[in-house]
Amino acid sequence: MQPAPEPPEQFDLPARVRRKRFLERAPVRRSLPWLVVIGMFVFWELFVRAFSIEQFILPAPSAIFAALWQWRGLILENSWQTLMTTLVGFALAIVVGGLGGIALGSSALVYESFYPALIGFNSVPKVAVIPILIIWFGIGTVPAIITAFLLAFFPILVNVATGIATVEPELRDVLRALGASRRQVIMKVGLPRSMPYFFASLKIAMTVAFVGSIVAETVAANKGIGYLMLVASSRFEVPLAFAGLIVTGIMGVAMYAISAGIERRMTGWATRSADMSLPTS
Amino acid sequence: MSDFVELDGVSLKYSEDPSSLALYKTSFTVPRGEFVAVVGPSGCGKSTLMKVVTGLWPATAGSIKVDGQAVERPLNFVGMAFQNASLLPWRTALDNVMLPLEVAEPHASRLKAERAAYEQKARALLALVGLKGFEGRYPWELSGGMQQRTQICRALIHEPSLLMLDEPFGALDMFTREELWLSMQDLWMARRPTVILVTHDLREAAFLSDRVLVMSARPGRIILDRRVGTPRPRRLESAYSADTVALIAELREHIHAARTRAA
Repeated sequence: MQPAPEPPEQFDLPARVRRKRFLERAPVRRSLPWLVVIGMFVFWELFVRAFSIEQFILPAPSAIFAALWQWRGLILENSWQTLMTTLVGFALAIVVGGLGGIALGSSALVYESFYPALIGFNSVPKVAVIPILIIWFGIGTVPAIITAFLLAFFPILVNVATGIATVEPELRDVLRALGASRRQVIMKVGLPRSMPYFFASLKIAMTVAFVGSIVAETVAANKGIGYLMLVASSRFEVPLAFAGLIVTGIMGVAMYAISAGIERRMTGWATRSADMSLPTS
Repeated sequence: MSDFVELDGVSLKYSEDPSSLALYKTSFTVPRGEFVAVVGPSGCGKSTLMKVVTGLWPATAGSIKVDGQAVERPLNFVGMAFQNASLLPWRTALDNVMLPLEVAEPHASRLKAERAAYEQKARALLALVGLKGFEGRYPWELSGGMQQRTQICRALIHEPSLLMLDEPFGALDMFTREELWLSMQDLWMARRPTVILVTHDLREAAFLSDRVLVMSARPGRIILDRRVGTPRPRRLESAYSADTVALIAELREHIHAARTRAA
């Protein structure tokens, strides 16, 4: 048998491959999202200036950022309020959605009994519920928390239930033939298995929780970004209203990034990349 | 040798619908420590047999006894392995093998105190099937054959007196399969658990087992009970010897007859 030839220490990459590499470099790739955002603002600014659009119709980004700076104290205070409201509603949604998902996913009986009602409940536009919440709790933080919760719990519940309900039957048999209780099957297999679904749902739930609390604030609050935007537009302070939108967007992206970061740490096994796998022998 | 598994006139219907009859008056016994293979045309109820013997599905009629006890609920000591390795992707090979110890008594209550000893045992078992050095790898980092070896270790780690194998080598290429036959024989000879192997592969049945049971087409019954005389330990060559080839031809004839009778 002949020995396999040693690969050379270094070999030149063809030019075609080298050119491709520029866009694939990590710093280049990391800066791309920022370039998109900056490009969008530049385009917006040019568009507004080119067509001399009135500020109370569409303010230019420069005017929005000026308003952001001018009203920074007010904006900070109200965004803090919105953030807290959203997070409380979100936390409630995790608890209720998580427990509900476990109950729904681990029992076909519970699933069949409750699922139609939940679908119906989820189809109700939550904005329509806010006036009722005002009757019950008055104007303030509580209706906003509840609206955020109502929007956020459903995706969590459905995803956790799916993860638990789709445990491979063979795996269930392996454990049951060892004397495992239903609870043990859920703890050892169902729950860890539903974690990728859970974290994926957190990203959705986080953003809709923001939608919920801000919508509720525009209707039923005297604090928060939603309230601030409503007041600003009623006074034709349109740049301030847009500043509120931008802050909301930033908070949404930040919370999303945190959820995604936790997801990567907790369930890296589910999103493994191709370069982590071994060549099969 | 006393009978470890006894089936007497076992029938199983999955529902009221008569076409859901999967087993009809099936009777056989397996002495303690014997390696039995069950073969038959596809859909003949071989996998149903696994569920009935382990108590995962209640039989509609007839009696099942394991170790002298009537099976009325799922047993709690059986090792099982399937065609899909069904490993937990968030656990390393070692932690996958340890899974039964967290569930099956008496190990579950001892595990905390004697973790190191148990871990040593799991490592030794993995080494026995040629997975030394792969203990810390995750399932997706293992080839199909390695995953299957890991699964077999998982089925054996708690030293079960009964091992149920449902085509565990079915999805592998021929060379890996033959390698695993040898590993399986070694593992079985070391501890002598009672094994029921369900398979489509007649050569596998002839190579591994002491006895081959042939099932009829659905609803399944045992139509042939054939002893395999090849002395142990068997070498891979025996899977291709004249005796084995003759045995395979005989088994094939019976299965063919069962299929045409059903059609």
